[in-house]
Amino acid sequence: MKNWGFKISRPRAIDFDTADLAEYSKLVEKVPSAKRCLMCGACTATCSAGNHTDFNFRHSHLMYRRGQFEGLAEELDKCMLCGKCKMVCPRGVNTRAIIYNMRIFLNDMNYKNIES
Amino acid sequence: MIIGGGPAGLEAAYNIAINGYKVTILEKDNEIGGNIKKWVKLFPDFGDAAEIRKAFADKVNKGNIEIQTGVEISELYSENEKWFAKNGNNVIYSADAALLATGFEAFDARRKEELGYGIYDNVITSVDFEEMYKTGKILTAQGTVPKRIAFLNCVGSRDEKVGNHYCSRVCCINAVKQATEFKELVPDAEAYCFYMDMRMAGQFYEELYRKSQEKYNVNYIRGRISEAAATFDKRIQIKSEDTLTGLPMKMTVDILVLMVGIESSASTTELSRQNGINGEYGFAKSLGLYISDNLTKKAGLFLAGSCKRPLTLPETVADSRAASVQILNYLKLN
Amino acid sequence: MTETKKHFWNEYQKEIAEDNFFYERSCIRQSFFPGSETIFLKILTDDLGKNIIDDPNQHTCTGIGYHSDVVPFDTTMTVVGRLFSLMKDSGVRNYVPSCVTSFGVFTEVVETWKHFPEELEKTRDNLRKATGREFDIPENIAHPSDIIYKYRKELKEKMKYQLVNRHTGKPLKVVEHIGCHYGKIFSKHAVGGAEFPQVLAGMIEEWGGEVVDYPERRHCCGFGFRQYLVMANRGYSVANTKKKFESMKPYKPDFIVANCPGCAMFMDRWQYTIAEMEGITYDDNKMGIPVLTYEEMAGMLLGYNPWDLGLQIHQVQVEQLLDKIGIEYNPDDKFIGKSGKYLGEPEKPENLVVDYGK
Repeated sequence: MKNWGFKISRPRAIDFDTADLAEYSKLVEKVPSAKRCLMCGACTATCSAGNHTDFNFRHSHLMYRRGQFEGLAEELDKCMLCGKCKMVCPRGVNTRAIIYNMRIFLNDMNYKNIES
Repeated sequence: MIIGGGPAGLEAAYNIAINGYKVTILEKDNEIGGNIKKWVKLFPDFGDAAEIRKAFADKVNKGNIEIQTGVEISELYSENEKWFAKNGNNVIYSADAALLATGFEAFDARRKEELGYGIYDNVITSVDFEEMYKTGKILTAQGTVPKRIAFLNCVGSRDEKVGNHYCSRVCCINAVKQATEFKELVPDAEAYCFYMDMRMAGQFYEELYRKSQEKYNVNYIRGRISEAAATFDKRIQIKSEDTLTGLPMKMTVDILVLMVGIESSASTTELSRQNGINGEYGFAKSLGLYISDNLTKKAGLFLAGSCKRPLTLPETVADSRAASVQILNYLKLN
Repeated sequence: MTETKKHFWNEYQKEIAEDNFFYERSCIRQSFFPGSETIFLKILTDDLGKNIIDDPNQHTCTGIGYHSDVVPFDTTMTVVGRLFSLMKDSGVRNYVPSCVTSFGVFTEVVETWKHFPEELEKTRDNLRKATGREFDIPENIAHPSDIIYKYRKELKEKMKYQLVNRHTGKPLKVVEHIGCHYGKIFSKHAVGGAEFPQVLAGMIEEWGGEVVDYPERRHCCGFGFRQYLVMANRGYSVANTKKKFESMKPYKPDFIVANCPGCAMFMDRWQYTIAEMEGITYDDNKMGIPVLTYEEMAGMLLGYNPWDLGLQIHQVQVEQLLDKIGIEYNPDDKFIGKSGKYLGEPEKPENLVVDYGK
C-alpha cells in the first residue's frame, strides 16, 4: 500500500441519521425528568468535580442524548455522585440518577461490544 | 373609518360603535378576520381560532357598523379636519377620524434562499402548517406520514441579512404549539425545534414549552439551520451547529417547517409613508411609546395592533381597546 | 426549476460585456486542463466572432499566494494594477480572467477601491514607482463561464451534439460545481446569486442536460489553497470532496462540470485518491465520474476533437461519456502529442478502472 502522508479525515459533525438515539430513550425511561433539562449549566457550575477537573455534566448528558458515547465512560468516572447538581437544577432534573444510569448503560454497551 | 378588518379593526369598531358613532370597516380581503383566518388553534391554550373569529364577527354585527370587504385602500389623506380613504377604483370613503389597523404579513420565506422554500416541496412555513393542520393531517408532499419533522425559528426575524433586526415575538411559542400539535397527531415521530433563544415571555408559554418536552418529547436544539437541501428521496437534509455540544450537526427530516416572522403589511407601509408616520422596518410609528402609542402626529389618525410592531392576539385586542378610547375622546373634543 | 425560483434568481443578473475582451490565463489550468483555454479562445473568435486579446506579457494575479496567506493584499492590488495596465495598453475595457479565484481577486480588489479610494491611489503610486505604468479599472469584469452562459443559445445552434444519452434518449444527469470565489464573495457578481447560480445550470439545461440538485451542491470542493498545499491538511481537503461524492452518488450523475480550475482538478484527481486509499468509487463500474471544465463541455458538443480539448489528460477516463453522447473519437490518437509523436501511456491505478473504450 502506498504511503500517502495523510488520511481522509473523519467527519466531525454529529449525524442524526446514523447516531444511536435509542440509548437515550432507555435512559429517559429510568429517569423521566431528564427530558426537562434546559441545558442551563447550573449543575456544571456547582459541580464539585468540575471545579477541579474538566468534568462537565451538562455536556456529558447532552453527548449521551446525541448518541455520542466515545470517551464518555471515562468522563463520568470523574463524578463523585455527591448530588450537589440536583439541588440547584431549576427544572428538578434528577441529575445524579442520570449519571448513575448513564454509567450502567455505558458499561452494558461496552460489555455488548466485547461480546460481539 | 377603520382600515383593516382583522382583530384590531373589529375590536375597535365594536367599542366605538357601542358609544353611538357610525363606523365603517374597510377590509381588503373578501372576509373579515385578518390573519386569524389562517390559524386553527391559538397559543398558548389551543383556543379555537374559528370560534374567536366568530366572536369578533358577532361583535361587529351591529346596525351602525358598515363592513366593506374586498376594498383595498391605496390612499389615505386628510383635508379640512376630515379623513379620506381611496381605493383602486377611486371610490372615496370619508370620516371624522381614521384608524389604521392594517396589521402584519408573514415573512416571505423565499427570501431565505438557502432554506429552500418554494424550491423543495417538503420545506413549508408555519402558515402552511396551519393550512395543512386544518385537514387534520400533517403529511409530506409525497403523502406519507412524517417520521421526523424540524421547526426552525427566527426565519425573517433577528436576521440582518433580510434587514429585520427585531424579534417577531410569536414564533417561538408558535413552534412549541405546532410541535405539540404534530406530536399529538404522530406520537411516534421525532420533532426537533431549532432556536437561537427560546423567548417564552408570555403567560403559560414556559409551561407549554416544558410540557412539550416532558409529555411530547419535543427536542430543542440551540442552533440556526444554515442550509436545507432535498435528498434523493425528496426528504430535506439540514445543517446546523449543535451549539451546546459545540459540534456541527446534520440530519435528514421529512418536513422542515420555517417559523416565519412578522413583517409590516404592504398597506401598513404604504399608508404610513403617505402620512409621514412611517417607522422602522415599514411599520407605522406612533406619537410615543408610553402614553400616546395609539396617536400619530396627524390629528384624527390613530393606530391599533400589529401595524405598529409584532404583537400577540391578546396584546392586539388590548391595544385596540386603548385606541378606541383615544378615538372616542378625540370625537368628543372635536 | 420552479416558477417561484425563477422569480427570485431573476434579481441576480449581472452585466456581461458583449465583445472586445482582455483574456487573462490561469496559472494552473494549462497544466491541469491544457485544452480548455485554447478552446475558449477558439470558441470566442471562430464560433462567436468576438475580439479577445491574449497578451503574452500577462502574469499571475497572486490568487494562490494571496489565498494561502503568503502574499499581502497590498502586493496583490499592485499586481492586479499591472494586469489592468496591460489591458489599458491593448485598448479594450472588458477584463476576462480564466480562473475563478482570479475573478474573485479582481472583484474583491475593485470593490475595495470603490470603498477605500485611498487604497486605489496607493496602488497607482506603488505601480508607478515599481514599473512606471498606469492603469484603468475595467468597465466590465466577467468570468469566461459568464460569457459562454451569455451566448449559450447562439452556441447551441452550432452544436453537433446534445447532452442526451443516445441509447435511452434521456437527458444526461449533470452535476454542476461552481467555484467558491465565483459567487460566495459577492453574490451580485454571480449569475443567479450564490445559492442557486445559473451560470453552469443554464448551459446544461440549454444544451439538453438535466442538472442534479443534490444536498451538498454548494459545498466547497475541498481545495481551499493552504488546506491542500500543506500535506498534513490534505486529509481534510479530500474529506470535503468525499462528502460531495457521497451526497451526489444516489443520483448516478453522468458527469460533473466545474467553472473553477481547482474544483475540476480536485473532483477529478481525488476520485483516484479515494479509490486507491479506501477502494471506493462513486459510480457503478468503478471507473469514476468524469469531470469536465465548461469549455471542454462546450467544445465537446461543438464537435471539437476530444484529444484537442485535452480530455486525455483527465484522471477519470472520459470515453464512457463520449460513447453515451455518441461523440466520435479515434482511440489510437489519444496519446499522440500535438507534434504527432507518441507520448506514451500513463501508469494505471490499482482500484480505479481505466478503460480506453472501443
